Amino acid sequence: MRRGDGHRGMGLWAVALAVYAFLYLPLLIVVIYSFNDSRLNAEWVGFTWHWYNVLLHDEDILAAAGNSLFIASVSSLTATLLGTMAGIAMHRYPLKALAFMVMTPVAMPEILLGVSLLLFFIQVLNLTLGMLSIILAHITFSIGFVAIVVRTSLAGLDESLFEAARDCGASPWETFRHITFPLILPSVIAGGLMAFTLSIDDFVITFFTAGVGVSTLPLRIYSMIKIAVTPEVNAVSTLLMLLTLALIVLVSRIAPNVLRWKT
Amino acid sequence: MSENHTRLTPTARLNRWLKNVACAAKARRQAAKKRSLHGVNEHSEPVANAGLASTAVFRLPVKWLVSGPPFIFLLLFFAAPGIIMVLASFRYPGEFGGLAPVIATDPNTLHGFTLETYRFFFSDLIYTEIFAKSFLVALATTLICLVMAYPLALLIARSPKKSRNLMVLLVILPFASNFLIRIYAWMILLGPQAVLSHLVNGLLGAFGMAPVHLLFSSFAVLVAMVYVHLPFMVLPLYTNLEKHDPALLDAARDLGANAWQRFWCVTFPLSLPGIFSGSTLVFIPVLGMFAIPDILGGTGDMLIGNLIKEQFLGTRDWPFGSTLSIMLTIAVLACVWLAARLGGRRKRHA
Repeated sequence: MRRGDGHRGMGLWAVALAVYAFLYLPLLIVVIYSFNDSRLNAEWVGFTWHWYNVLLHDEDILAAAGNSLFIASVSSLTATLLGTMAGIAMHRYPLKALAFMVMTPVAMPEILLGVSLLLFFIQVLNLTLGMLSIILAHITFSIGFVAIVVRTSLAGLDESLFEAARDCGASPWETFRHITFPLILPSVIAGGLMAFTLSIDDFVITFFTAGVGVSTLPLRIYSMIKIAVTPEVNAVSTLLMLLTLALIVLVSRIAPNVLRWKT
Repeated sequence: MSENHTRLTPTARLNRWLKNVACAAKARRQAAKKRSLHGVNEHSEPVANAGLASTAVFRLPVKWLVSGPPFIFLLLFFAAPGIIMVLASFRYPGEFGGLAPVIATDPNTLHGFTLETYRFFFSDLIYTEIFAKSFLVALATTLICLVMAYPLALLIARSPKKSRNLMVLLVILPFASNFLIRIYAWMILLGPQAVLSHLVNGLLGAFGMAPVHLLFSSFAVLVAMVYVHLPFMVLPLYTNLEKHDPALLDAARDLGANAWQRFWCVTFPLSLPGIFSGSTLVFIPVLGMFAIPDILGGTGDMLIGNLIKEQFLGTRDWPFGSTLSIMLTIAVLACVWLAARLGGRRKRHA
């Protein structure tokens, strides 16, 4: 149709396909080798469920998974509550200090938050590192993500709705209860699920705030990778991928805008 | 008028046309804003005044009720730790790790505040070297990500609307896997028994060169850095490219610009804000990364992150660890400032 467009389109497609392959091939290999009947991640020997069976009887992994689920549940619920409040506050009032404290943990390197919390917990609070310190750290970095999602959805609402509610005699609380809240609820839930995923996946901040007693799934995976690589890691990776995949699909169903990167 | 047009070069004509479009759009936006403001004032002033008496009593407590809890939480667990870290960088290390006391019971032990850690940082070249190396790795990662992400983002932005969301989702999905798993995948791919190692070493052998280890090398670190951060570059670029008006390219084509000129004189300059925000999103996390060099790097691949981790968990020299963290913070702030400045200047010109 247009001169030169065919070749250029083909070139773009070729590069794009290569990039997609670069993104997916490594993960595909992790999944494939989790079913491989060999101790080495080198060549395909035969199909087996063996590594999943090993996983089911690995007490350390199961305990770590339990910890991860507990930490993610508590921290994401708290972060959803605080993050929603922060999102509403940032939308309604010009609070520069709050906005700064909400956005900065999202943007700065994780290691900085990790070490400053480590210092704070031990030096100031005199807290023994463990479940509580991990949960507090996870809430701190999750608040920002929830707040951004909630604030974005508030910004997209039609102001005339609230004027209409006011004209009909609704009090500020009634307006919030019957108009604002139902409208932002999908974003609140999506933000909460995002906080849950971030918490379950977090390695860096947990690494600094966990201490010696408590292990989470990512911490367990880290020590497995550092010590000895067995296909058991592949098996746990595959299961974890399925879990986060399910969560992402859930988020995209509840609030499609969250995944469209429209912040 | 037409005479005037024919005398201009194609690019100059395009520039003028673009300028006119931009001016018109700006004027339209401003007019709309004014109108809507008038509307709000005229219609809601009486209502707002009537409600003022009752809401003024409520407004202040509501404001604090909503913003108070997150504010206090973040003050306690984000701002306070930050301040503690700044203070810690001016103290002496404790005898058994941690910090030495500010007020000592025994006057012979180290106590109080000092600039010692900062002096130490600048006295040994190795620390400056590690910082410089981290910057180089971050720069290389950003550039490779940009080169890989641009064609993909361009393709997505120019695809039919229906398929765009799916293509974006396909970029985000690898995010769904744990960060460590994505690093682990490269342990397998670059391992000594993997196909890639055999291939590379076979090639090297054919040319009579010694075999290399792909794993535990700077190469492995760079590959994983790009792999983990690539989506951060694709998404802002796509968001920017999607907003471009296709009419601009048609205009450029009609004025005789070839494909390369259309890209270099129209698409690329317009996408600079996207490039800056994507680069910031890649550069900053790479600068503070410790897990990738830790798992995939060799002994010589230490970056700032590894240095900080070592001070806090290894040698337990917390004051020096804090100093390094503050240096990293300053470096990050400088990058953000630079990106904002470059991006801002672009916007003013456009």
